[in-house]
Amino acid sequence: MLDCVPDKPVAHTAGKINPIKACQPLGAMYAALGIHGCLPHSHGSQGCCAYHRMALTRHFRDPAMASSSSFTEGASVFGGGSNLKTAIKNIFQIYNPDIIAVHTTCLSETIGDDIPTIIKQSEIPEGKYVIHCNTPSYKGSHITGFSNMCKGMVSYLAGSDGSEKKRRVNIFPGFINPGDMREIKRIVSELGVSYIMYPDTTGVMDSPILPKYEMFPKGGAKIEDIIDSGNSQATLALGSWASDEPAALLQEKCKVKGIPLKLPIGVKATDDMIMAIKNEFGVEVPESLDIERGQVLDTLIDTHFHYQGKTVALFGDPDHVIAMTEFLITMGMVPKYVLTGTPGSKFEKIINGMLEDAGIEGSKVRAEGDLFDLQQWIKEESVDLLIGNSHGKYIARAEDLPFVRFGFPIMDRAVHPLMPVTGYRGCLRLIEMISDALLDRRDRDCLDEDYELVL
Amino acid sequence: MTVTESEIEDVMATYPPKVLKNRKKHLVLKTDDCAASCPQIEANTRTVPGIISQRGCCYAGCKGVVVGPIKDMVSITHGPIGCGYYSWGTRRNKARADDKTPPEQIYTAMCFSTDMQESDIVFGGEKKLARMIDEVVEAFHPRAINICSTCPIGLIGDDLNAVAKAAEEKYGITVIPYNCEGYKGVSQSSGHHIANNQIMDKIIGTGTDELKGKYILNILGEYNIGGDGWEIERILGDIGYTVNSILTGDSAYVNIKNLHKAHLNLVQCHRSINYIAEMMETKYGIPWMKCNFIGVEATIDSLRKLAESFGDEELMARTEVVIEREIARITPALDQYRKICKGKTAFAFVGGSRSHHYQYLLRDLGMEVVVAGYEFAHRDDYEGRQVIPTIKSDADSKNIPELHIEPDPEMYEEPYLHLNLSKEKYDQMVKEGHFGYYEGMYPVMKDGTVMVDDCNHYETEELLEMFHPDLIFSGVRDKYISHKMGVPSKQLHSYDYSGPYAGFNGALIFAKDVAHALTTPAWKMITPPWEKETEKKEGDNNA
Ligand code: SF4
Ligand code: SF4
Repeated sequence: MLDCVPDKPVAHTAGKINPIKACQPLGAMYAALGIHGCLPHSHGSQGCCAYHRMALTRHFRDPAMASSSSFTEGASVFGGGSNLKTAIKNIFQIYNPDIIAVHTTCLSETIGDDIPTIIKQSEIPEGKYVIHCNTPSYKGSHITGFSNMCKGMVSYLAGSDGSEKKRRVNIFPGFINPGDMREIKRIVSELGVSYIMYPDTTGVMDSPILPKYEMFPKGGAKIEDIIDSGNSQATLALGSWASDEPAALLQEKCKVKGIPLKLPIGVKATDDMIMAIKNEFGVEVPESLDIERGQVLDTLIDTHFHYQGKTVALFGDPDHVIAMTEFLITMGMVPKYVLTGTPGSKFEKIINGMLEDAGIEGSKVRAEGDLFDLQQWIKEESVDLLIGNSHGKYIARAEDLPFVRFGFPIMDRAVHPLMPVTGYRGCLRLIEMISDALLDRRDRDCLDEDYELVL
Repeated sequence: MTVTESEIEDVMATYPPKVLKNRKKHLVLKTDDCAASCPQIEANTRTVPGIISQRGCCYAGCKGVVVGPIKDMVSITHGPIGCGYYSWGTRRNKARADDKTPPEQIYTAMCFSTDMQESDIVFGGEKKLARMIDEVVEAFHPRAINICSTCPIGLIGDDLNAVAKAAEEKYGITVIPYNCEGYKGVSQSSGHHIANNQIMDKIIGTGTDELKGKYILNILGEYNIGGDGWEIERILGDIGYTVNSILTGDSAYVNIKNLHKAHLNLVQCHRSINYIAEMMETKYGIPWMKCNFIGVEATIDSLRKLAESFGDEELMARTEVVIEREIARITPALDQYRKICKGKTAFAFVGGSRSHHYQYLLRDLGMEVVVAGYEFAHRDDYEGRQVIPTIKSDADSKNIPELHIEPDPEMYEEPYLHLNLSKEKYDQMVKEGHFGYYEGMYPVMKDGTVMVDDCNHYETEELLEMFHPDLIFSGVRDKYISHKMGVPSKQLHSYDYSGPYAGFNGALIFAKDVAHALTTPAWKMITPPWEKETEKKEGDNNA
């Protein structure tokens, strides 16, 4: 497995080998699915749309509906305006969504189609919406694409009526699973603050089987709520890459205070989110959350010897990796190699800062890296554990490492999208997954006489 | 169950007039009065913008389907990150080391992309591509390289040919460019054609290996998903054939070079590979025969037809021995599953030939396909190859270059000589459709069933409601939709990570998987008990 990868370091400066990022439209499509009654629309050739739907479907094991402008050579030469207008007309008549969320692709970006103008010239039925965002894939990654679609929601929909702000918080959750979104909503509810989360893929990408099929399932953020979000008191922007810009836009447009936070993965990041709400709304933290938090600390103390001091190679999307690095440090583990594929130099600064604060030396950190880099580092000096998305399984096998699946995409295991890694409950789950992986490895490798019942 | 024309019209009632006019021609109902020959179906034309189609793009057909699985070639996607990322490992084309290809020369688990950035789009990406090739050669020492271009590359006009040529000269290895930008043609199909052209032009015929064996075969259009190709090879090997190469499942550049040394080409997926079969016949005189190793009966038919091709009594006898042995081995277990599957109906919507092939396997189990469709087929895949001369080429298909092929002055040999047949015998067999012919899907369909080209989400939903099949065979994008509609599904692209489904062993695995899908206990539990109490309707689906 991966025997072709050289043992010695070689030059690797051009392109990506085994990337840790996908392209912008994928994220835009996922974000759009988090609006109730929304059909994401890919403006370009149909191949991209097919690929993005496939990638989302594989991770979530749920339908990811989306349409395409289906460019052929002609549209590529003469522009895709008529394709988009035809598409909008057909979509409303055939599928009858409440809203169409258009994103561009490399192709329509390279041609330079002017989407706002085309939308203005389109037939949009009364009471329906068409929004858009630009997602050229030669910039950013699926995470920035997600962010761009969130910005599109803010700029097209959110408004403020000028009256006093409502005692309510907006939550921009970042590119996370519906299970995580549910968990974050639960925590905010426990705090007794009302909220608007968007995008919100709960009920859409983890939809149940019910006696009757609906093409647009019950879940998702309601359009009227997104519109009203401009009247909320504050916005939690969870994850810098995915949520900072849309929150900043909402602050600029509607004067809603944006509060940038990490994704609430790990004890500290969850604490931060709770503190942010406490400070903003002056609420008391209920005992239920004290108990949840205390259970995590109890578990960390009871189990530290399963994992403390172990070295970890971690890769994935920047917001995920940053929060996870913090939690690994909390667990007493050593993040030795930390990579993301998404561009943004502040990634390295943030991670290096965390490592420095923790007194950890000799780690390697890279933004815009790939799994080829990671594998070469591991070949040079191995680690105890690998954490990342499904693509990591090849390295895990080739380099004989225990492996915890975390992030996006996870295509070879089920149930993940429904189970949170966020909040205190998420901490417990991460501790369980990490301990189990290490203990399973210990049980697998040990001598008969060391094979023990109590660990 | 069967349907009528007017019911089909109802399906399309929601369409705007233009869409209706377009889509109507893509749907054919099989009825008694058109049983002999297939009514014309529209295929390989543009997808209606806004329609939720299952189709992919030219790049997906070229890199994703045809050239990506060649295990000892590094395939570089030239473009932004996405296209390469999505075609990474997602087709389950199994590959393994063998005596010609050591493990360190297998790259199929890897993804290579030039990851074009904005400045590359503005100033051109040729330099970056050339640099990536340099680094890949240094790190991996591949025998040969594929470069597949994506949408923006065509627009900015990078000269792939020039980069490939320069790299070839620099390193003395084959570097093949594919101008397979996603917008070319109307579906994956154009990419298959482009890939076929380049493989024919740049690889086949360049090898000088002497192949041993009395009956040497290539299996074209088999992608070894779930190990299908290996099961076919097993059976053929037992009978006494030598499989020179599969194209392109578990295939290697070093073997494809020698493709022209075979006596006969078998064509499994007609749509994706018929170009190579035809071109090899023209250039080398190697005949081709359509086969289908999906289904017990279909496999037996193909094996017999294959043995006849060489007109060798001993080969025919040996074929019967293997068939008998295999049947005796699998029948008892298969019968168990048959009891579960018998009388059930299914839909089959998959890319190319599979929607046709699997109908035989389902019939083995006592099941019937009531609606079948292809995503990216041409008319001949439905109606049979006799319609090829009548297919008008439109602007989209004209964009795909045709290779001009002539008999090779040194290597051409008359087809009958390849097979060791007399000329008369061979000519007669050609007339009977034994060689160089494909009858299309239509003949296998029953009266009152439907063939639909490029079936979209809306039509799938309507047809599901109309037919209430027991099972749907589809791709991953449809899979979970059908689940929400209460219909179990199996993926026929990836087999839901099972397989092989080909040959005798495959039939058993497939039968088990289908039986499991039909009998998953959860299907009976969808209606909660508290709702059942009030309903208590007889014949309720979920009861
Ligand atoms: S990188 Fe561009 S062309 Fe490729 S899938 Fe993404 S949007 Fe489409
Ligand atoms: S249509 Fe173009 S951009 Fe999209 S996947 Fe295909 S090659 Fe890539």
